[in-house]
Amino acid sequence: MSEVKFSKEHEWITLEGEVATIGITKHATEMLGDIVFAELPEKGKNVEKDGTAGVVESTKAASDVYTPISGEVVDINQSIVDDPAKINEDPEGAAWFFKLKVKDLSELDTLMNKEEYEKFAKETSS
Amino acid sequence: MIKKTPLYNLHIQHGAKMVEFAGYQMPIQYKSGIIQEHKFTRENAGIFDVSHMGQLFITGSDQLTDDLEKIFPVNLKNLKINQSKYSFLMNEQGGIYDDLIITKLKDGYLIILNAACKKQDFEIIKKKLDDKYELNLDESLSLIAIQGPKAKDVLGKAVSNITNLKFMNGGEFEYDNSNIYITRSGYTGEDGFEISLENKKVEKFVDQLINYGAKLIGLGARDTLRLEAGLCLYGNDLDEKTSPIEANLKWAIPKSRVDSDYPGSNIIKKQIYDGVKTLRVGIKPETRVIARGNTKIFDQNNKEIGKVTSGTFGPSVECSIAMGYVENNYSPTNTKIFLEVRGKKVPANVCDLPFYKKNYVKGEKNV
Repeated sequence: MSEVKFSKEHEWITLEGEVATIGITKHATEMLGDIVFAELPEKGKNVEKDGTAGVVESTKAASDVYTPISGEVVDINQSIVDDPAKINEDPEGAAWFFKLKVKDLSELDTLMNKEEYEKFAKETSS
Repeated sequence: MIKKTPLYNLHIQHGAKMVEFAGYQMPIQYKSGIIQEHKFTRENAGIFDVSHMGQLFITGSDQLTDDLEKIFPVNLKNLKINQSKYSFLMNEQGGIYDDLIITKLKDGYLIILNAACKKQDFEIIKKKLDDKYELNLDESLSLIAIQGPKAKDVLGKAVSNITNLKFMNGGEFEYDNSNIYITRSGYTGEDGFEISLENKKVEKFVDQLINYGAKLIGLGARDTLRLEAGLCLYGNDLDEKTSPIEANLKWAIPKSRVDSDYPGSNIIKKQIYDGVKTLRVGIKPETRVIARGNTKIFDQNNKEIGKVTSGTFGPSVECSIAMGYVENNYSPTNTKIFLEVRGKKVPANVCDLPFYKKNYVKGEKNV
């Protein structure tokens, strides 16, 4: 599995072959608070880099989930739709959101590595 | 200038996430989060800093009672000293400027006002009373609520003799060598108390309640608790264009006042006899989708019939819940309606309020 990459919209992404797994970061869940609703894209749908690919709602507000790269949705994590609290418990592990068949691997180069993301997250949350 | 309550430092010490609310820095949640805070209140005892709310004291005797009845649609003559009633400050159209709790004291009345409305309320009430009485919106006092099944035990350790208080009744008690005023009331659907005490003593008092097992609870959980209990939030579910009859709060206007005079009384009387066009109802979406305020409501034929005024996920009832206004013929329980969320129509049903069954205590006996 590849190095974890991060987007400015607080998604994480890992790559295995040509399939990417995407979720939201722990930092994002801490900002959102208790998540009580999740909506994921439909399997088979093509999503465009930085486009909307789902919704999460906390007790306080709704937030869009964006996809950091383009591709076709090949799998979704139904368990977080059924029990959204799982997202707060393990956002960067078991509570992944969706998997994409990647359209253009070079899009990954635009994303941040862990160190860069941590710096970004620290600077933008105050 | 954003104000702070006297508990500001304590909130920060307890890891509160602060937000601006009605001109005050208030805790939206603490470290454990809204759901845990909500559940803790339902099972134990939650402490709420509601010091941003207005505590308006009006001094006067029988003439004051007559004059206040010309302002509020409530029966104050029959009210005993230390008894409280829920009522409204209304405009001439029957719309609500504020919803409030009015308590009869030995030498006048105490009215608890919403934070965002308190200054305007003060001016309206002062003007209507022709400056005949002393009005004091007392900023030297804090207001703390303690709510939940263990509230009486926790508060009882800090203050003696509180368990005999009945629901919607108050009294003077002693704490730390001074008099404090406590009412048995609240905004969560749980048994509980509201305590008015001097700003300089409030931090010590709340620290003590925490030591006895209660926890600080933020505005986030306050909102989910009140919504589960079917209680209105002014500014969301009530406003200047909505009457108490439309808000399904007719119960708060006693029969004895229906024919008498108060602001908007002609309109209210007509609404009571002829009915209203729209009515506040409880709404349960059939999925987990949350319908927040301003979500449009449709019928099966795609006709727009109203809008949601409050919506959230109810941590105790474990489903999505909402309140809103619909055209009157859609108000019966179990009427199928549709909520437009992010462009999709989500099926929902009109339901009875509250979503969560109340557990108020009248005196010592649970009812």
